Amino acid sequence: MKKPETDVSQIGRDYKYGFHTTDKPTFSTGRGLTREVVETISAQKGESDWMLERRLQAYEHFLTRPVPEWGGDLSKIDFDSIFYYVKPTETEASSWEELPPDIKQTWDRLGIPEAEKKYLAGVGAQYESEVVYHKLQEELVRQGVVFLGMDVGLRQHEEIVREHFGTVVPFRDNKFAALNTAVWSGGSFIYVPPGVKVEMPLQAYFRINAENMGQFERTLIVVDEGAFVHYVEGCTAPIYSSDSLHAAVVEIIVKPGGRCRYTTIQNWSTNVYNLVTKRAVAQENATVEWVDGNLGSKLTMKYPAIWLTGEGAHGEVLSIAFAGPGQHQDTGAKAVHAAPNTTSLITAKSISRGGGRAGYRGLVNVANGARGAKSKVVCDALILDEESRSDTYPTIRVHESDAEVEHEATVSKIGEEQLFYLMSRGLSESEASSMIVSGFVEPITKELPLEYAVEMNRLIQLQMEGSVG
Amino acid sequence: MALLEIRDLHVALSDGSEIVKGIDLSVEGGEVHAIMGPNGSGKSTLAHALMGHPAYQITSGDVLLGGKSLLELGPDERAQQGLFLAFQYPYAIPGVTVTSFLRSAINALRKARAGGEDDPIPIPEFRKQLAAATERLKVPRELLGRYLNDGFSGGEKKRIEILQLALLHPRLAVLDETDSGLDIDALKTIAGGVSDLIGPELGAIVITHYQRILNYIRPDFVHVFAGGRFVAEGGPELAEQLESEGYDAYLPEASSGDR
Repeated sequence: MKKPETDVSQIGRDYKYGFHTTDKPTFSTGRGLTREVVETISAQKGESDWMLERRLQAYEHFLTRPVPEWGGDLSKIDFDSIFYYVKPTETEASSWEELPPDIKQTWDRLGIPEAEKKYLAGVGAQYESEVVYHKLQEELVRQGVVFLGMDVGLRQHEEIVREHFGTVVPFRDNKFAALNTAVWSGGSFIYVPPGVKVEMPLQAYFRINAENMGQFERTLIVVDEGAFVHYVEGCTAPIYSSDSLHAAVVEIIVKPGGRCRYTTIQNWSTNVYNLVTKRAVAQENATVEWVDGNLGSKLTMKYPAIWLTGEGAHGEVLSIAFAGPGQHQDTGAKAVHAAPNTTSLITAKSISRGGGRAGYRGLVNVANGARGAKSKVVCDALILDEESRSDTYPTIRVHESDAEVEHEATVSKIGEEQLFYLMSRGLSESEASSMIVSGFVEPITKELPLEYAVEMNRLIQLQMEGSVG
Repeated sequence: MALLEIRDLHVALSDGSEIVKGIDLSVEGGEVHAIMGPNGSGKSTLAHALMGHPAYQITSGDVLLGGKSLLELGPDERAQQGLFLAFQYPYAIPGVTVTSFLRSAINALRKARAGGEDDPIPIPEFRKQLAAATERLKVPRELLGRYLNDGFSGGEKKRIEILQLALLHPRLAVLDETDSGLDIDALKTIAGGVSDLIGPELGAIVITHYQRILNYIRPDFVHVFAGGRFVAEGGPELAEQLESEGYDAYLPEASSGDR
């Protein structure tokens, strides 16, 4: 077995997943994006004409859309230097043993087999642009639950995909949704039939492992009437010297009475641009919950959205952002109340330190006809030093007079007295600060599956080490 | 040498004003020393300065615990040496449960005692100690699952302070106005709990305005603190005298506000 090749000079001491293995991609479209690249990707996948057509339309739209000038600084992205498609293995593997050794080695370091043994209901893990590893418990199949890589999902369940793909996030939505639609590869496809409640969370692990490799995964989740699923996604990436682009699209449709929770912890290395469009539709009496943690990346722009289109629908967003040195987390949430008696709750927490910048950007929109809508937004910022920054950009639009919309925001610093109190019990300054920060984000971590909560606290400790004293 | 030695201690605020103007004190293991004084006399300043609060400067003198000077040590290192301060106004740490905090604090002290190597307390051992201490101090079990001091009543906070004292096993405890805000039943339980802990392994300084806590934690020595100095010293009878006669005899001028 080969030893992992690591470039010591590239590895940040506080980024424990900053390694990469010496994998050999079997196919790549090279750097840059052209019409031919889009056609090649589609041909490689053996797609139907309608999908190729969609990709090409999106590509044309991508060319015409300017780079957004709000949010974070996107001017350094060099679209011509990015690999848009790399295919590491020829087929999806269905068991651990079938995986190529390099890929296995990477995941061994992330502890995936142990996690799987303990509690996974099914794993779809993404390595570069292709889903290569996939497993689904027999029980899920028996219940008619589909949990596949998006490429396979498209081949095996083309009707469901065609009916819903791009209906929640059309390619015209924004430049990066257009880019994703043009070059998407991988991601997850989940379908839960009426009345089926999936007890265990479905999990996918994502990982970028090639220089200048963009990840454009596409996830589609369809939860049928009265059904329930919890999908969990965690990301880590190796560190490289040039910038990487991650532009994903997630679409969720929850039909009447259904419920979907989507949990993400992202810890991209600090050279990654993380520009993700996440949107869900909640129909009558349906519930959508986004739990979104952003610890890594150079710049994240991500605002999980919920369109409450059916009467009595409910949406929740729990969001946490940690901005360290050189990082900008521009995150938030959107709730659009488009039907009567819909409710939403947005809880956003941010921490900034070492010159990091964290912002909340949110929208609550109560449309005409959404009588009796209720929305509450709570955003709390914790700023750890004088160099760091926190901003809040809430937008509230209310078109119904009986709507109840609340917005609360707090900004705080770690108090000298709190630190003194904890230190007087024997905790070091860094342990005391970590404890205060962990407590601050506890309303979010308590909603995470146990092993993610543990990982989240460990990541916070890593981030806090060396931040004081 | 005594367990705790305070030698000619002077403490000033950052603006230079001197609050503690030279005190000497020796505390042996198993001894209880009461420091009594009027409001604003600087009793809390003394307590915080001993623990190493950054706002208070020790301008001269020395403090030794077990023969080792504490002056160059941070609050965490002083705690690791065996010093404990029960706060008059404990701070809230939202999101951190009492149980989780206690375990972290115990483990921080164990790590220091193991020379910097992690030496976490085994969970069954922790549960056993916690159960015994909560029972003795009548701490409601539900309090352990709540966030530390977050929305606690005054009495609940004091109970949790003494629970920490019981579980962290310091050598010397400073109790800063632990009796304030307690009703008589709570005072009895809490002070009784402290009294049970006093022994060869633990000496205590009880800072108080009133004599009543001393009915339950019997002092060996009483020091009257006013104007930044000890102005009278004696046995338990001095506390009773203060209770009946007040501090007027020790106040040559008007008190300058609570510190």
